[in-house]
Amino acid sequence: MSDSMMVLEDHTKSEYKYGFTSDIETEVIPKGLSEDVVRIISAKKNEPEFMLEYRLKAYRHWLTMVEPVWPNVDYPSIDYQDIIYYAAPKKKPELESLDQVDPELIKTFNKLGIPLEEQKFLTGVAVDAVIDSVSVKTTYKEKLGELGIVFCSFSEAVHEHPDLIKKYLSTVVPYTDNYFAALNSAVFSDGSFVYIPKGVRCPMELSTYFRINTANTGQFERTLIVAEEGSYVSYLEGCTAPMRDENQLHAAVVELVAMDNAEIKYSTVQNWYPGDENGVGGIYNFVTKRGLCAGVNSKICWTQVETGSSITWKYPSCVLKGDNSVGEFYSVAVTNNKQQADTGTKMIHIGKNTKSTIISKGISAGRSHNSYRGLVKIGKKAENAHNFSQCDSLLMGDRCGAHTFPYLEVENHTAKVEHEATTSKIGEDQLFYLQQRGMDMEDAINMIVNGYCKEVFNELPMEFAAEAQKLLAISLEGSVG
Amino acid sequence: MLEIRDLVVSVEGKEILKGINLTVRPGEIHAIMGPNGSGKSTLSSVLAGKEEYEINSGSILFEGEDLLEMEVTERAHAGIFLAFQYPVEIPGVTNATFLKSAINSTRKARGLEELSPVEVLKLIREKAKMLEIDEKFLKRSLNEGFSGGEKKRNEMLQMALLDPKLGILDETDSGLDIDALRIVSDAVNQLRDPQRSFIVITHYQRLLNYIVPDFVHVLHEGRIVKTGDKSLALKLEDEGYDWVKGGAEALI
Repeated sequence: MSDSMMVLEDHTKSEYKYGFTSDIETEVIPKGLSEDVVRIISAKKNEPEFMLEYRLKAYRHWLTMVEPVWPNVDYPSIDYQDIIYYAAPKKKPELESLDQVDPELIKTFNKLGIPLEEQKFLTGVAVDAVIDSVSVKTTYKEKLGELGIVFCSFSEAVHEHPDLIKKYLSTVVPYTDNYFAALNSAVFSDGSFVYIPKGVRCPMELSTYFRINTANTGQFERTLIVAEEGSYVSYLEGCTAPMRDENQLHAAVVELVAMDNAEIKYSTVQNWYPGDENGVGGIYNFVTKRGLCAGVNSKICWTQVETGSSITWKYPSCVLKGDNSVGEFYSVAVTNNKQQADTGTKMIHIGKNTKSTIISKGISAGRSHNSYRGLVKIGKKAENAHNFSQCDSLLMGDRCGAHTFPYLEVENHTAKVEHEATTSKIGEDQLFYLQQRGMDMEDAINMIVNGYCKEVFNELPMEFAAEAQKLLAISLEGSVG
Repeated sequence: MLEIRDLVVSVEGKEILKGINLTVRPGEIHAIMGPNGSGKSTLSSVLAGKEEYEINSGSILFEGEDLLEMEVTERAHAGIFLAFQYPVEIPGVTNATFLKSAINSTRKARGLEELSPVEVLKLIREKAKMLEIDEKFLKRSLNEGFSGGEKKRNEMLQMALLDPKLGILDETDSGLDIDALRIVSDAVNQLRDPQRSFIVITHYQRLLNYIVPDFVHVLHEGRIVKTGDKSLALKLEDEGYDWVKGGAEALI
């Protein structure tokens, strides 16, 4: 070992000792990222050795990477040493009644039609015994347990199902994948783990809402869903209620694995704080989501409704490895004021007779920028692969922008690839027509926008779809006229 | 009911209507005829409140209220209905959803109770039958892929449902075959009522065989140059617009 390496090793070791011993009892570790910080995170979570090794490998790799600049978004550079990478899940201050909650928030809840009890839960108001959310969760957990379904926090899974974590973690999104995935792999705090055994059809929509500890999702979330042969699961991420967080940077990783004849449906409604009218203070949402159709006839369907965050950078993708596997992506991305979104999908066809569908609906208002970026790749062995892409952009006003970046790589001549793209302005004529029939401006806009997004909303579970419609209306309030 | 006085309107600086005077009393049907570019459609758009038109001078009173001060939606609530020459398509919005929203917005504004989905459907079915509209029509996206005739029948369905005081038909007959023309005309005739008035804008006399007007006005170069009864329309059919045009120039 060279001298400099030894010095470095001593240095890190000493820091490690220092960090480890002095900080273990505290809830927050100092700002900044180093190998010690990674070790502390792992230690605080009491993780087995393989997890620490994984985190360290990811961290070391991250050091060699540079932040991507290709997305069509613009933000001041992030100081990664100015971020606190571990804070024990903070308990939200318990309030006595909804009167103590920000009235603006209550107004939004009411517009969304969120029931009172749920409002209390979301804002941390003590919930009375009638609808005890904890007991609701327990009931669910018992029912799922009977079927052998595992639905728990990622940390819990690391301890209770280390073999499964070891087997599947990082198999879909390797830590080398991209800058933010590497960062997440090194420092992720918590997330969800779902395991559906062979032949089991999960009888209910699994929602993060019903998972204990998820109210505080954390900055670097990690989700892993495994559907064994012939199983089915529908997973709902997020919540239509407005989510505020003091952490500006969010870099989550979601991995899905579907075995033979298995199906995973993953629906997201993202409504993080978009910042004020000038985009100040909003969340940066840099997410890596990918599903692997590992088995034959497997299917993964991503549906997303993105209305929040000041910057969104995400491409839920499908790797269609199994023959006859199917990947679908349905997206509505709304940007208003100064929001920026660069989102889309990747469909990687590897197996024979694989099929993918992309339906993307972008809506830009205010001075926002909305980009669709999508890759369709047909590998050499992907005989008879078929892709259909439809990317529509709707502009509201004349100060916003919509951009489409389709990428296509075809290495097998039997492939059939169709791409349709449209850009339209919300029509003065359409608005005039609806107003002439007695609807006010807001109702007219909502009707046109909901019609435009219908194909995507149809893919959402019923209740979620109704809430998503209302959410869209709120996001676009006052955007025209 | 409607009093238009010395109305001068321009679009992008170009004067289209150059002093229109028109009085419509309850229960009357007024036909407005004229060659292309005479300002017929401008008049209907101005009455409905379309934004891109500049009102240079003149006034419009509707039931004693200053119509020009009212928003598009308010005018609709007050009872003005415009059957469009080219009804727009709104993808993803079913005809039924649209009709329900239009009916209830209008009822609410008029101080009536909103109808339940079941009541709305019943009402729509009843009127659709009258217009020989297939029920499948209700599940389709609004006007999307509708034939010309279907679009116009759908306009008439909306008019029947929204119960206006003044119905304005902007070249509703254009592009209709004889059967569709009869259906559309029947709808208007069934809606005729001593309290309800119509302005029927048309290029051809043909429609007026079915919808018999009380007055026929000829619009030329932004002015009403001739007013008569239904025989005026027949004369126009026989002799064309040239004699009116000549007359107009003589008037100036």
